[in-house]
Amino acid sequence: MSRDMSYEGVMARKNEIMKKAIGIDYSIFESGHIRFDYEEMMRETGYTLDEMQKIQGDTGVGNTPLLELKNLTKLARMVSPAGKGARIFVKDEAANPSGSFKARRAANAVYHAKKLGYKGVIAATSGNYGAAVASQAAIHGLKCIIVQECYDSKGLGQPEIIEKARKCEAYGAEVVQLTVGPELFYTFLKLLEETGYFNASLYSPFGIAGVETLGYEIAMQFRERVGRDPDVVVCTNAGGGNLTGTARGLLKAGADHVKVVGASVDLTGLHMASDEQFNKKSFTTGHTGFGIPFATWPDRSDVPRSAARPLRYMDRYVIVTQGQVFYMTETLAQIEGLERGPAGNTSLAAAFSIAQELDEDKIIVVQETEYTGAGKHVQPQLSFARDNGIELKFGNPEEEVPGKNIILPEHPRLIKAKDIDLNKLKRSYIHHCIETYSKNEISSADLEFLVQDTKSSVEFVREVLSEKGVKVVE
Amino acid sequence: MQVKKGEWVRIHNIVLDAKERAPQVPEDTKKVPLEAWVKGFLQHDAQIGDEVEVKTMTGRIEKGKLIEVNSTYHHNYGNFVPELLQIGISLRDILWGGEAHE
Repeated sequence: MSRDMSYEGVMARKNEIMKKAIGIDYSIFESGHIRFDYEEMMRETGYTLDEMQKIQGDTGVGNTPLLELKNLTKLARMVSPAGKGARIFVKDEAANPSGSFKARRAANAVYHAKKLGYKGVIAATSGNYGAAVASQAAIHGLKCIIVQECYDSKGLGQPEIIEKARKCEAYGAEVVQLTVGPELFYTFLKLLEETGYFNASLYSPFGIAGVETLGYEIAMQFRERVGRDPDVVVCTNAGGGNLTGTARGLLKAGADHVKVVGASVDLTGLHMASDEQFNKKSFTTGHTGFGIPFATWPDRSDVPRSAARPLRYMDRYVIVTQGQVFYMTETLAQIEGLERGPAGNTSLAAAFSIAQELDEDKIIVVQETEYTGAGKHVQPQLSFARDNGIELKFGNPEEEVPGKNIILPEHPRLIKAKDIDLNKLKRSYIHHCIETYSKNEISSADLEFLVQDTKSSVEFVREVLSEKGVKVVE
Repeated sequence: MQVKKGEWVRIHNIVLDAKERAPQVPEDTKKVPLEAWVKGFLQHDAQIGDEVEVKTMTGRIEKGKLIEVNSTYHHNYGNFVPELLQIGISLRDILWGGEAHE
């Protein structure tokens, strides 16, 4: 009997395909309710910090430089109230083999695939992760397929995405390029089924555990250099893995007083699956189109239970505009001599703003940079925007409307990150849980899980549950 | 244009017709098919525009319409964006204005 290859047919085999392609039986961590044992999943299927450092070190991943941005700090102090303006540092993750922190995630996933005897790996990503998986697959001699959402229906693609495809091919990977749409996942499943390759998902326990070394290194490097932990770490937030892994690494280092802040580019109003709006946005990652839906429902990813759970670890979540991030990217090059790609600079723009709220003796860290080059640089991105009818000008970033204009701040004092109401996101996540699992009653174990998964309190979760008419039974 | 077996080519195919698209897709995306582009070694002599088979880098056989031979990367640094010049000039002035420009 031939298999049903229609969209519905393949999607119906999702769990069966996934189990073969990732080697994890997620059901053993499920309790049959909302709760699942997150820590047990991370422990039993991930790697210890020591093991991860060894795996990554063997392929030249990690131990990246920590740089103090003294000119940027000086600039922040010039636009801050007296006595304010924290020291700004950046972890230069562009120094990893594939040019971004994603090498940490890929190193573990590909190592694991090799250990389990898979012949190849597949990842669905338009971003740096594809290049990281391709690079690691090259090192380990595995085959690699990267599935990428790349073009609109006119065949037009962001220069940033095209560059990432080039980079994947440079490492010997096969790149499958698709037009816009969530059915990328369908193509991904078909390829997993056809090839029997390993699903190097961004959201597996190995993928997330791989980032723990980043948080751990930050704490260790600061203790060695200034004798204490930093006060604030800012992470660009898309699917949540970057923030989750970094925060877990900080905790493993015992740096439990560090505030972890997520930052995303504000793309409010643009639909991520819209063919017409696809090229109206100038960021392909690190934006609210991923950040918000993945925070409020992490299990929408390509594994049954995502190991990236940003609400568990986030102390604050801010947004910055596209114009502010492009401005900061240029600033980093012009006054710090570091030409880096725009996505990592989302957190840099946020850090520049947050530094101004903190006293001068405080320390704020931007925990990643990424490589840049033709296509993946501030100039082609802005040039592409202009060619696509987006107005580009200097002005007040508050007037920026995603999809209509990009406003470069007239003065650095106009770089202001805006807070997203975290309680609203937590409420939304709990609502998603209730709706997805159709519960009128939940157990006290579920309640405890929701408290942990939202880094909130029993009172908060009980209040949200009562709004939905859900009872807690013992 | 005749293309020889074994050449490195790019092919195009339709993964899902407009009517087969996922239910959650927005209206504008529902009007267009889901398309795919793949590169590989051509399995038999063909003309541009023919339906062909290629062997991809991982050894998979894919079918589609032959569109290009030895595809070139066309992305670059884009057109010059003069606004970017002004950012460095203004920042240097704010940070070191006067003293560095004597």
